[in-house]
Amino acid sequence: MDDGHHHPLPSTPVEDRVAALESLLVEKGILNPAAIDAVVEHYEHAVGPMNGAKVVARAWVDEAYRERLLTDATAAIAELGFSGPEGDHMVVVENTPVVHNVVVCTLCSCYPWPVLGLPPNWYKSPPYRSRMVREPRVLLSEMGCPVPEPSEIRVWDSSAEIRYLVLPMRPEGSGGLSEDELAGLVTRDAMIGVAHL
Amino acid sequence: MHDLGGMQGFGPVEVEPEEPVFHSDWERRAYRLTVSALLAGHLNGRFRHAIERMDPTWYLESPYYEHWLTATATGLVEGGFITQAELDERLGAPYPVARPVRAPRLDDPGPSVEIHRYRIGEAVRVREWHPVGHTRAPRYVQGKPGVVVRLDGVFSLPDVEYHCDAIRLEPTYSVRFEAVDLWGAAGDPVHVDLWESYLQSREESVHG
Repeated sequence: MDDGHHHPLPSTPVEDRVAALESLLVEKGILNPAAIDAVVEHYEHAVGPMNGAKVVARAWVDEAYRERLLTDATAAIAELGFSGPEGDHMVVVENTPVVHNVVVCTLCSCYPWPVLGLPPNWYKSPPYRSRMVREPRVLLSEMGCPVPEPSEIRVWDSSAEIRYLVLPMRPEGSGGLSEDELAGLVTRDAMIGVAHL
Repeated sequence: MHDLGGMQGFGPVEVEPEEPVFHSDWERRAYRLTVSALLAGHLNGRFRHAIERMDPTWYLESPYYEHWLTATATGLVEGGFITQAELDERLGAPYPVARPVRAPRLDDPGPSVEIHRYRIGEAVRVREWHPVGHTRAPRYVQGKPGVVVRLDGVFSLPDVEYHCDAIRLEPTYSVRFEAVDLWGAAGDPVHVDLWESYLQSREESVHG
């Protein structure tokens, strides 16, 4: 390469490269492991789809909340205490008997961290990112989420600053359940739009 | 290699049941050092574009957090916070980074725009927009007609931010594209979020 130092392909284990960069950054004062471990711990254990599930359950039992969620999702989600990076500009899209919504990020891995946590590998994978915009009905069927005609599938590619959450339809027969019990029915995949409840 | 929308040949989506947030300790450590560098403001305008400049075969074959590791190393070298020689010395081998930036640095970010030019329901077309630098205009909607369905906030235009010391603010939109316009056959619509610079009105477009 023209810069004389550029090495475009790895020949060393990734673990060794992590260790090398980590030790260099500690030495430079860029990384303070003790200070940042709380952040890592937060995203590994305290944040996840259980947050989004509470939002969905609230929308199912509280019509005024549902309307706020669909008109200003960021504020409505913050009412339940969920906010932060990758969740500053939220939009909630609602499934109905004739519309099924599904979210993808074709360019990278954009995902609503405060309500779903960090994304699973499949969401970031080339098969999902390439195919969900090209053949959503086929791919959803393959993933165990068939959407029969004439329902429309609406694909949302989060290519700018908005992060999306799908509001799934409330399952039939869930009329007698409490809000907490309803939240227990809501899955991560349903809030991405690749599963039914 | 990152601009994957609509590409063929990738096969089934492989879902790992009960997937952990991190698959191994190195993933957690790569996440930690990347978040540290981001929080310190050392990667602004470099992180995503560094991932995009990874060699295509490496990008496709490597785990996600290896992208983060590589982009952090690349961005910190390019920002002058560490040197390639320090990385090589610490690893005891050539430390692989992303390919060099090809886009020229911008001296002038251009004027910010804070008022949406297009309205909900307006027919627009995506400009043919294929810069050598960073952009958030996916290839699969280039030149395609769509309709504005939602007006979103005013945000820094990534095409400028990643190649300039200053930013240009612009309105963003959600634009609906019909499958027949994207793929030439009936199917389901796709909505893509786009900055105003990526769009033109149908009247301005040579295609109408």
